[in-house]
Order: sequence, then C-alpha cells, then structure tokens
Amino acid sequence: MESCNCIEPQLPPDELLSKYQYISDFFIALAYFSIPLELIYFVKKSAVFPYRWVLVQFGAFIVLCGATHLINLWTFTIHSRTVAIVMTTAKILTAVVSCATALMLVHIIPDLLSVKTRELFLKNKAAELDREMGLIRTQEETGRHVRMLTHEIRSTLDRHTILKTTLVELGRTLSLEECALWMPTRTGLELQLAYTLRQQNPVGYTVPIHLPVINQVFSSNRAVKISPNSPVARLRPLAGKYPGEVVAVRVPLLHLSNFQINDWPELSTKRYALMVLMLPSDSARQWHTYELELVEVVADQVAVALSHAAILEESMRARDLLMEQNVALDLARREAETAIRARNDFLAVMNHEMRTPMHAIIALSSLLQETELTPEQRLMVETILKSSNLLATLINDVLDLSRLEDGSLQLDLGSFNLHSAFREVINLIRPIASVKKLVVTLHLAPDLPEYATGDEKRLMQTLLNVVGNAVKFSKEGSISITAFVAKAESLRDPRAPDFFPVPSDNHFFLRVQVKDTGSGINPQDYPKLFTKFAQSQSLATKNSAGSGLGLAICKRFVNLMDGHIWLESEGLGKGCTAIFMIKLGVTECCTESKLPAATNASMNHAQTAFPGLKVMVMDDNGVSRMVTKGLLVHLGCDVTTVSSGDECLRLISQDHHVVFIDVCMYDGYEVALRVHEKLTKRHERPLTVALTANSDKATKDHCRRVGMNGVVLKPVSVDKMRTVLSDLLEHRNLV
Amino acid sequence: MPLHHYRPPPNHGGITSTQQQQVTHQPPAMDVLSQSRRQLADYTNSLHRDGFLDDQFSQLQQLQDESSPDFVMEVVSLFFEDCQKLVTNMARALSELQAVDFKQVDSSVHQLKGSSSSVGAARIKNLCVAFKTCCDSQNRDGCMRCLQEVNRECVLLKNKLQTLFRLEQQIISAGGSIPM
Repeated sequence: MESCNCIEPQLPPDELLSKYQYISDFFIALAYFSIPLELIYFVKKSAVFPYRWVLVQFGAFIVLCGATHLINLWTFTIHSRTVAIVMTTAKILTAVVSCATALMLVHIIPDLLSVKTRELFLKNKAAELDREMGLIRTQEETGRHVRMLTHEIRSTLDRHTILKTTLVELGRTLSLEECALWMPTRTGLELQLAYTLRQQNPVGYTVPIHLPVINQVFSSNRAVKISPNSPVARLRPLAGKYPGEVVAVRVPLLHLSNFQINDWPELSTKRYALMVLMLPSDSARQWHTYELELVEVVADQVAVALSHAAILEESMRARDLLMEQNVALDLARREAETAIRARNDFLAVMNHEMRTPMHAIIALSSLLQETELTPEQRLMVETILKSSNLLATLINDVLDLSRLEDGSLQLDLGSFNLHSAFREVINLIRPIASVKKLVVTLHLAPDLPEYATGDEKRLMQTLLNVVGNAVKFSKEGSISITAFVAKAESLRDPRAPDFFPVPSDNHFFLRVQVKDTGSGINPQDYPKLFTKFAQSQSLATKNSAGSGLGLAICKRFVNLMDGHIWLESEGLGKGCTAIFMIKLGVTECCTESKLPAATNASMNHAQTAFPGLKVMVMDDNGVSRMVTKGLLVHLGCDVTTVSSGDECLRLISQDHHVVFIDVCMYDGYEVALRVHEKLTKRHERPLTVALTANSDKATKDHCRRVGMNGVVLKPVSVDKMRTVLSDLLEHRNLV
Repeated sequence: MPLHHYRPPPNHGGITSTQQQQVTHQPPAMDVLSQSRRQLADYTNSLHRDGFLDDQFSQLQQLQDESSPDFVMEVVSLFFEDCQKLVTNMARALSELQAVDFKQVDSSVHQLKGSSSSVGAARIKNLCVAFKTCCDSQNRDGCMRCLQEVNRECVLLKNKLQTLFRLEQQIISAGGSIPM
C-alpha cells in the first residue's frame, strides 16, 4: 500500500487529480470490502479449510484497509477534526492488523507450500501402487496358467500325452508360433526333434548335442533367450520378415537306474531334453519375465510327470510278467495234478487187475497142493506157490510205497495184543530159519504192555521185513529179537541226532532190536540201505529176491508211527543189529475188536448208544438207503431218509445232528455246500459225513473242500458206524 | 487189503465128525434143532467161502433183532427187485440197434454195484467192476456178456438165499433162535 499522504494539510490540488484519486479510493474500498465476502462465501462452501483464524485476520485487515480508503474519501474536502480522528484510528488499527497478518503469514505460507508437495508425493505413490497391482495381477494370471498346465500335464500318465499336452498348453497360454521338444538320442550325442506343436509328425531332424547354444541352455536352469537362427530354432520356414524371439529351456530327464525300460533311450543323470519356444513373428512381442518363469516352472513339472509315467510303465510291465508267470505256474500245477491223477488211476486199476489173477493163482495152487501129486509135481507146485507169493508181496510193496510217497497212506489204528503180534511173526519166520539152521529167540521185557494201540498190520509188516532180512543175510548162527519200552535216556540215539522222542502219558515208545550173526553191512553201503530199489552189490546170496523196497517201506511206516529205524554193524562178516523205535498208544482195557464174541457183547450194551440222535441219510440207491437206515436204527438213532438233493434241502433243519450224504450222487457235494449255507451257525448246524465207495485222496480232498466233517467208506459195518458216530459227537470231526 | 499167504481151508470133515459126537450126548429133543443149526452154519459158511456173500451180509444179519425181525429178508427182496429193474434197463439199452447209450448203462451198473456192496453180494459186486470196465471202453459185446453173467449170478444168489431163509424158518419153527 503506498504511503497514504492523507494527513498532510490541505493544499489546493488539481481538481482533476483529486477527482481521480477520489474515484480510485472508492473502488479500492469497494474491492476491499467485497474480497472478504467472497472469501467467506467460498470458504463456507468448502468444508475443509484449516486456517479460519488466518482468514479472520486477513478479513479484518482487508476490511480495515477498505475502511481507511473509504474514510479517505472525506478527507479530500475540508473535514472536521472528528473525521481526522476517525481516520487516524482506522489507520492505526489497519497498521496493527496488517503487521499481525504479515507476521502470521510467515508461519503459514511454508505450511501451505508443503501441502502442495505432499499432494504431489501422494499422487506418485498412487501411481506406483497401480503399477504394482498390475504386476500382481499378471503374476496371478501366470500362476493360474501354471496350475492349469500342471494339471493338464499331470492328469495323464502316458508319456506321449504328457509331452504333447505340454506343448499344446504352452502354445495356447503364451500364444506361441511354434513350440518344440528335442530329446536326446540313445547314443546321447545328438538331439532329435521329438515333438512339435504345429507340425504333425516331425521327421528326424537331429542336431549334435555339443553346440554352444545348447550347452548354454543346459548349463542354466533358467529359460534362456536364443537366436532365431540357431539350428534348434530353425524349425519352419520364416512366416514373416522378423522372426519372433526364441527362448529355450532345459527339461531334466530324471535318473531311472533301477528300471530297465524298453523303448526309452538309456537315461543317466544330467540328461536333458530341450524345449524351444518361439513367439509369433512380426508381432513385436517380447518375452516378459513372468512368461519366462512360467516356462521354467512348466519344464520342471514336465520332468516330474515323465518320471511318474516311467515308473508306471515299469510297474505295469512287472505286473504283466507276474501274471504270465502265474498262468504258467498254474498250468504246470494242473499238468502235475493230471499226471498224478493218471498215475493213481493206473495204480488203482493195476491194483485190482493184478490182484485178481494173483489171488486165483495162489488159491488154486494151494488147492492143488492138497491133492494127490507126484513128488516132481509137488515140487513144481511149491515153486509156483513160492514165486506167486513173492510176486504178491512185490505188488503189495510197490503199491504200498506209491501210496506212502503220495502221503495218502494212513495208519489203521486199533488196539491189539502186542505180545501175540511178536509171537505170530516169530511163528511165521521160524520155519524158514530152521531150514537154514538158525536159532530164533524172542525176549519181551516184563514191563512191555500186553495191549497197545497202533497199526498192528504195519507193525507186523515192518517186523517181518526186518527179521526176514536178518534171516536172509545170515547163513548160520542165531537171530535174537528183543522188545522193550524205551526209557528216556535210551531214546536219543547218536546216529539219529534229529530224533527227539517225547514220551507222554498216553504213549510209550517201543524199542525192538533184531540182532543177527550174518554177513553184516559194509559201512559204505549204509546211506543206501533205506533207499528204494538200491541193493548192495556185495550180497552174494543166491536168493536175493525182492526189489530192495523192504527197508524203504519199513522206514516210511516207522516214520508214520513217529519213530526211527536204523542199522548198526561192526563191519562185513560181523553181524548186524537192526533197531527201531515206534510210538504206540497205551490201552487201558484189553478190548480186542478181532474176537467176534467180544463184539457181540459190546454190541449189545452199545445197542442204544445214541438214543435220540437225529440223523438224515441221503442216498439215491434204495438198497443202500435201507441198509444204512437199518444200521442207524439199530444203534438207536432217529433216522430220516431222502433220495434226492432237493428233498434233503427241504427237510434239513437244525434239529438234525448228522447228515450222511452219498457223494457218488451227481449233486452230492453241492447238497453238502447248500446245507452249510442254509444252516450257518457252526455250533448248531448238523455234521455232514460223506458216504462213498472209493477212498482215494481226490474224494477226501473234495469232501474237505466243501467243508464236510468226515468221510466213511461204504459198505459200513455196525462197529464202524458206532465208531464214526462217537467220534463225530466227541470231536465234531472224524479224525 | 494185501494178499495173505493162502492158508488151506479148514477140513470140514473133521468138524462134522466132532459135532456128531456132541449130538449123541445131547437130549433127543434137541436133535432136530441142533441139526438144523448145523446145516445153517454149514450152508452159510459155504456161501461165504464160494464168494456169494461177504462180511457185509453178516453185518446185515447183526442188525436183525426183535424190533426188526425180517430186516435181512426185506433188504434182500428190495435188492432183487432193484436188480431186476436194472438188468431190464440195461438189456433194453444194450439191445438198441443204433448207438448204445453207454452212459445209462454205466449209471445202472453203478447203482447195481452200490446195492450189491450194501447187501454183501460179493460176486455180483465183482462182476460189476468188470462190467464197468466194459462200459468205459464202450465194448457192447463185453457188456452183453457181463449182463448175462450178472443175470445168472442174480438168479443163483436168489436161489441160495431162499434156501438160507428156509433153513432159518426151520430153526424158528423148531423153537430156536437164529444164531448170529
């Protein structure tokens, strides 16, 4: 504000000049008064204005200035002293306020300026955030693409599909012009073009593997930009003027040393395939970082997917191999079974066929012996008889042995008189021994029980064989047979280190020693003694008849009886002792099933041995049915008979205790199965027993397979049926 | 079962003579009874010896008691009925001019074998075994021959058993009981 010379005394100025001054002052005052009004108006409009106090100050300053200029209007003419005083007051006030405002502005103007800079700063920040948002969005996009690609790649386990899918998806995601995969060849010296995106069947381009550009790519796990002119990138004729940028990345082929894969190239560690990606030509597109990252991630995923596919292929191959082997084994087993069956059939037939004529020969020769004969004729007949007896023995031996080997031989356990068994054997052997002038002595220990449980027939067979051998190989002297109960300390034999007999309350071990003064055994022959068909060459006896099976059979019988047999000899010409130990059961009472009188007595008191036992009999043969029924009625059972499978299933119930089924019927086994199905609670359902005319292993196995509790041979005697029923009721199974 | 060394059969002449001696020491009333008993025992033994019957028949006899006094006769009659039916069936099947249904013949033989072994008719059972072989080899002539033999044996056995039952009746009517 220019200095106001308003207090100067009045001089007669120029009229015009003062007039202009007067008008200007007026307008200034007007402006000075309107400015604050405008300020107030606009500030009121805007909600935020932090400096209201400054505004007031400023307003006051402006108003006062305006007032000053207004008052100045009156000072152009002669004015009174009041006007002068008012003017002075106004000026003083104005001066104060304007100084105050000036001082205030010093503080305020920097602040106002800084507001501006902050605004600029915030704008920049906003721009930066926008940029970052853009980046994150693109990253997320990339991530989505990678996930989708991975999903596509990993959704299949087929190698070709994996690779093809990779190329297709990459091509789509990144809008590539061409995408190719180079695989190392079997030799490892070249890369062969394996798959491309656009071309259907890439034909054998190969490049050597040791090109610098390839080495460059292989040495880094990043995606590397390569020149479009490099041999791996020159895949198609140039579509446009400027080829698009090309990127290559390595795909590790994982080490699969444990697998022998047929059509895959030989793989080792650090083998890579090369994936080449080309942007469209003439598009001015560039490879962005996130795109390169995408490519690297995909390359890794492909490697993993390929290894999975390899593993799967291998395991499928292994499984196929196993299946083949299974089939082959099955076939072999069936063939073996057929062979065994054929042999058994043959044996069964031969059994019957051979025995019938033998029986006839022996019977008739014996009869012939009884008639009047001349001495020569008698001699001839005796020879015939002897030979046929030997032949019969041979047949028996062979058939027995085959059954023994089969494992189908089972001991016929029963109570028998031990002492009389020995005596019978002695009686049988005595004539022959006396012919050779051998003395036979038998010594039974006093503590040897009189009765025992075991297989009497086979014990006698064994004994006869051993004693027979003793007689056969002794030209002179004596044969002594001793039998006693083996005590604990004598149970272990140094020659049989793996024989651990365990005596128990119900059993005892019978030890029999047969000592002869014959030709003895050569220590070299010892291992062969118990071998089938092996005969020692040093036997000089003329009558060395027999097939050499005797001891082999004895050994098997003895083994079946949980025992052991061995021979001891000092040497050739010094005699031999045969020793065997077998397990026999202790019999409480002297029940002998052989004597018919005893059978009668026991039968009478056991007549109603099974009162109320509900039994069902299924047999399609009327006569058999009647006989079986009569048998069971005789034993006191309550019998129902049925003649067909349907009838049986209709009438069977849990009340029945036992069901006898004739398994020779065509639906015999099936009925057994259905009975088991129908009545499933084990402790309540009836026991099923098979009735059959043949006792071979196949039938027994079949019965066991369908879950039957026992097998009984037809025709059944009263005693057998009684035993069967008591066994069933006691053990729920036929032992 | 293994073959035994064949032992000569017991001398019947000896037994008869000793039994005769026993008879003279018994009261006269028992003469008829003991004679009948002796006859029955001899006859039964001979049937066993000649192979017409085997152990199974003795088992059947054991089953006969007060509650079923005619058990054996019933079973035997049923058997012969069965036998007759089966033989007729087989004769018809074997006399077919065109293809013989060996399966049917085989099943009939199987039935007959089962029946005869249940009854104890040893000879018939053995014949059935041979018969079955002919069937398996589809030998028509062999089968015809076997059938004729079976028929003959059936008739023979029937007669023998009728004799046996007659002897048993004699004993019963003489007031005794049949020995087992």
